[in-house]
Amino acid sequence: MTWIPEAASNLAGKVDGVLLVITLISIFFFVLISALLIYFAVKYRRRREDEETPYITGSEPLEILWTVIPSILLILLFVYGFVVYKEMRTPPKDSVDITVTGKQWLWTFDYYNGKKTLNELYVRQNIPVRMIMRADDVIHSFFIPAFRVKQDLLPGRYTQLWFTPTKIGTYDIFCAEYCGTGHSAMLGRVVVLSPEAYDIWEKGIGVDDGAAVASLPPAELGEKIYKEKGCNACHSIDGSIVIGTSFKGLYGRIGVLEDGSSYTADENYIMRSILEPQGEIVQGFQPVMPSFKGILSEDDITAVIAYMKTLK
Amino acid sequence: MANHTIATNVYVSFLDKKGFLSWFLTTDHKRIGILYLISISFFFLIAGTIALLMRFELLTPASDFVSPHTYNVLFTLHGSLMVFFFIVPGLAASFGNFLIPLMIGAPDVSFPKLNLASYWIYLLGTIIMLFALLQPADTGWTFYTPYSANTDADVILITLGVFVLGFSSILTGLNFIVTIHKMRAPGMTWHRLPLFIWASYATAILQLLATPVVGITLLLLIAERSLGVGFFDPAKGGDPVLFQNFFWFYSHPAVYIMIIPAMGVISEIIPVFSRKPIFGYKAIAYSSLGIAFISFLVWAHHMFTSGISEVAATIFSFLTFLVAIPTAIKVFNWVATLYKGSIELHSAMLYALGFIFLFTIGGLTGVFLGALAADIHLHDTYFIVAHMHYVMIGGTVMGFFGAIHFWYPKWFGKMFNESVAKLSWFLIFVGFNITFFPQFFLGIQGMPRRYATYPEEFQSLMALSTYGSWILGLGILIMTVNLLKGLFSVEKAPQNPYGSLSLEWQVPSPPPLENFAEIPHVTDWSYGYGKKKEVDA
Repeated sequence: MTWIPEAASNLAGKVDGVLLVITLISIFFFVLISALLIYFAVKYRRRREDEETPYITGSEPLEILWTVIPSILLILLFVYGFVVYKEMRTPPKDSVDITVTGKQWLWTFDYYNGKKTLNELYVRQNIPVRMIMRADDVIHSFFIPAFRVKQDLLPGRYTQLWFTPTKIGTYDIFCAEYCGTGHSAMLGRVVVLSPEAYDIWEKGIGVDDGAAVASLPPAELGEKIYKEKGCNACHSIDGSIVIGTSFKGLYGRIGVLEDGSSYTADENYIMRSILEPQGEIVQGFQPVMPSFKGILSEDDITAVIAYMKTLK
Repeated sequence: MANHTIATNVYVSFLDKKGFLSWFLTTDHKRIGILYLISISFFFLIAGTIALLMRFELLTPASDFVSPHTYNVLFTLHGSLMVFFFIVPGLAASFGNFLIPLMIGAPDVSFPKLNLASYWIYLLGTIIMLFALLQPADTGWTFYTPYSANTDADVILITLGVFVLGFSSILTGLNFIVTIHKMRAPGMTWHRLPLFIWASYATAILQLLATPVVGITLLLLIAERSLGVGFFDPAKGGDPVLFQNFFWFYSHPAVYIMIIPAMGVISEIIPVFSRKPIFGYKAIAYSSLGIAFISFLVWAHHMFTSGISEVAATIFSFLTFLVAIPTAIKVFNWVATLYKGSIELHSAMLYALGFIFLFTIGGLTGVFLGALAADIHLHDTYFIVAHMHYVMIGGTVMGFFGAIHFWYPKWFGKMFNESVAKLSWFLIFVGFNITFFPQFFLGIQGMPRRYATYPEEFQSLMALSTYGSWILGLGILIMTVNLLKGLFSVEKAPQNPYGSLSLEWQVPSPPPLENFAEIPHVTDWSYGYGKKKEVDA
């Protein structure tokens, strides 16, 4: 692990420059102050009760010196931080627009070409991207550490940020503004593709071959959906409770709802829970799941149920 | 400094009267100070225990000790209790009450009954808060809208508690301002005032002017939740960023309400244990006022990524850098005071030196957050968590512990075990750094704050931080036991164990009920240590 994440955007190196300069200045002053502190505390430690000390109340030149030097340094740091910030806030004219919507606790991405992805953002290497951002419910914050970019998403107002991805790879997207129970599960990934790979992705339904996906057995397709459409953020497959119930042993379970009535987790109950999750809340759980209406098709849901059946 | 001593050993100490009502109805500033000291220490220990539970959960990436919702409740409680119930009233209400009249040579504060009323209001706020625990909120101590306007958890009670507390803070500030203006003993000119008084004065101004804004803000939030008026929720036609502007307009000055009194404490402890006059008295005194003033103009540096305009962000970044200057001046002055001193490493002095060391780290890491480009990456990560705790624990809590160890003999007339005090200081200092220093790296790596679960790549540093919290907790436990045990010791504290020149040390320990048998006449400042030869005062 290095001290700073990989620099994978055009802005990252510039932000790192600011971080590095402030770090060096901070280390200098910290070492200066703590060295003096320790040196004085050792050298002038009290050896006898009747030690004589000089009556020094101040020194104008010294005080002017340690007011002026930090002031100059601080103003220079302000300017440096501002210059890089200005660039971070000014998207180039030829950037590609991608819309991101945050809702508890998912990211949805809408591309200029009509594509839509969930929790995974696909971008082309070396092409500047402008993210047009909004939130559906509460404030979220879109944060890609490897790109050194972060911007809050607000309900009822658009915000924006931009970057040019420079390195092929997959990087974390975090929600950085506390948004409720599933905040720490509101994770996404940005996939930076080479121009060739991006073209293939643009034509197909994903980086995988579309035909191959369509011909997957239902349980395997369900597993893929489980991982790609964000189910795994809140539902484990090993029996542990993350935010929602575990998928392990869920199918066919009989239990008690919040209102005291009982339920059986059959196909219809699971479908209702995915499309209208607030309707039937199981005792001991929070009513926090978003609806997947419009995100998962009926075929998708059938596949997820088939996958659940394999988790005994 | 007047050599004002009470020669007889027989006098009525403020602690002599016994019984519940003698405390509950007291108008004596020293007793009210103790009431605050007990209350804030209680909340400090509760909120600290909650922090240990949170760190225990964070030992592993998965959510295996408490559920994510419970974790969110825990950090909300930790933050709200620490900020509003411990650290904001904190030193100002406890040591401010005890020390201001004693240090300026007054029999009490200007409005003793109002002072008691302030404590009762604080108590009412805490009672509301305890009820709020029955259905605790999960909003974080910042109560950001629209989440706080819509969450199922009960936000109204906790905000009402904080709202009520605000009045206590305002009235205490008012009382102290008037006291410092009107109750100074003859000869106690502004430039002879101990620096703790200057710090208390700056703090009181902030309490008086900033607290009403948070009161109004929380009232608007309550109105939004209970009456459905749309101030902050865009679904109702409000503006969510408006809440952040209102909230930080108070809460940034509040940061200085928390730290300036601790700076005052450090300015008292260092000269005494160095036997040297404080270096650059006027610079330290006026920088408190300077910090207080600028602190009103920097609130939006909490909001660089919130969607405020680039122009606003730039202006607030510049103003934020300005506030670093008076802070740096203070640190250099404290260090210079040590030069050619006769330094005794008493436990109180160790806390003061620990303060300078840790607060320097807290201050320098603040420079990262003031710089726009760096803040974009670091905002809302563990870097903020670390920075804030270096200022709040490394600064304010070190100052608080230092104050307790320094004035303990004066306040209670007893002594604690000094060796145990030094041991607990060492554990606290080491434990604190192991807990929070790794968090700077976590933040730079991109680990967001307020995460109940976290990616595995962060686990080694997160676990290290948790181990550190155990050492820190052990240190605070030992310190607490040592201080409580000291109260029952038979050893009586002398009137002036450290040879301080300040007025409070010229009366017996514990002080008499009326403070001074006769109002002293002050002829010099309280930092006249050392032999005058090279420079005249």
